[in-house]
Amino acid sequence: MIRTTSPVTGRSDATGAAMTAPGTTLLAIGTKKGLWLASSPDRGTWTLSEPKFLMEEIPSVGIDTRGGHTRLFAGRMSWHFGPCIAHSDDLGETWTEPQEGSLRFGPDEGVALERVWQIQPDAESRPGVVWAGCQPISVWKSTDHGETFELNRGLWDHPHRSEWGAGFGGAAAHTVLPSPADDTLHVAMSTGGVYRSDDGGASWQPRNKGISAYFMPDPDPEFGQCVHKVARDAVDPDRLFAQNHHGVYTSSDRGDSWQSIADGLPADFGFVMLTHPHRSGTAWVIPLKADGERIPPEGRLQVHRTDDGGASWDASDTGLPRAEYNAVLRDAACVDTAETPGVYFGTRGGTVYASADEGRTFREVARNLPDVLSVRAAVVPTVVPA
Amino acid sequence: MTATNPATNPATNPATNPVTVLIPTLLRPYVDGRSEVSMDLPGRRDVCSLLDSLGEGRPLLEQRIREETGALRRYVNIYVDGEDVRRLDGLGTAVPAGATVMIVQSVAGG
Repeated sequence: MIRTTSPVTGRSDATGAAMTAPGTTLLAIGTKKGLWLASSPDRGTWTLSEPKFLMEEIPSVGIDTRGGHTRLFAGRMSWHFGPCIAHSDDLGETWTEPQEGSLRFGPDEGVALERVWQIQPDAESRPGVVWAGCQPISVWKSTDHGETFELNRGLWDHPHRSEWGAGFGGAAAHTVLPSPADDTLHVAMSTGGVYRSDDGGASWQPRNKGISAYFMPDPDPEFGQCVHKVARDAVDPDRLFAQNHHGVYTSSDRGDSWQSIADGLPADFGFVMLTHPHRSGTAWVIPLKADGERIPPEGRLQVHRTDDGGASWDASDTGLPRAEYNAVLRDAACVDTAETPGVYFGTRGGTVYASADEGRTFREVARNLPDVLSVRAAVVPTVVPA
Repeated sequence: MTATNPATNPATNPATNPVTVLIPTLLRPYVDGRSEVSMDLPGRRDVCSLLDSLGEGRPLLEQRIREETGALRRYVNIYVDGEDVRRLDGLGTAVPAGATVMIVQSVAGG
């Protein structure tokens, strides 16, 4: 049994037990072999749970805190028994998978779900809506808080679909970005590039002008770019940031055009792109040296931050190891939504770091885990073991 | 010569000689923790119909064994009386009355 207190008031429960903590930061860590949950009262000291779903990859995690209720999601992938989405309404104590499965292709599609790459709760204004990005390249929408998902036919039936390719990890829609302002929706896929819908997902258009695809005969195709991650500006929803397979870009016009912001970075390759949850123009990347090395440049793991929309970058490695030869994958990094947001990431070497000061300094949360594939963090009601 | 009625022959009558399905540890939560399930198979008697019957009322078990296309998952193996169905007729492999059908995850993974 668990009891919870309000993250806002910290008031006690019905028993009157003294529980005054203002809230707990929960960090969900999906790895190549299981899920861990780390919790912290101050984002400085962390307690790590026992693993869940051992023998399963967890390529995606989600934390939905809308409406004062916390639901955790885990995109699970068993190499033996296939993929699924499970959710937990008790902060990870127990997990539920709908009896009919939350997300399955129908007989008309003639394919099978391979992996859930992204679980993205929509804006506060659309309660109950949760998006999923999957392999094979597909986007799914839930309107019942992530219990069941429906295939987005607009993207699935897109005439470009047969020409989309597969990155090393598989052909997937790995990023789904609903706009809080209107019915705009962006999807990023490897390899296919960025697509935008202006009508809530009914129709989609490629939006890759200015993003290079050096690995293709035509380096400036309409689509086919290998975008690794896209993030939306919190204040200006028309503004986007993208980390590509070589190339770091921004767009101020909803993706109609992209401009390079790679100057000032030690490498233009990487997988991570994060934006500030409250401030415009602030973003973080974690560069890697490519194509020949795929490690942090010179073996120095650094988080680079811009506060001016990519015009300049500042590096931070305080609290990070002097030598690190593991990559950080696209969803193995996140921010929380605290007033002074925390920044989190994990490496393929199984070390997880947290920053409570917007990425200026980091502390180790966990080490020696399996390859970290996904992390998400949120302030949740304080858990008090009964 | 006297013809034997399969329905009255104990060796071939599914009512008296059901199929035994061995369930791997990781899938036992879907069958109330049992290690084996005894099943009668009326009508068509192949692996596909056995899985259909096994999955009735147990959709999550069905999803663990077969993809939504109906294909056996790549790293799930099924043996009928010790023979790998992939070396026989796949999901169309016949399941004799009284057979032992073993479902097992393959020895894959690190």
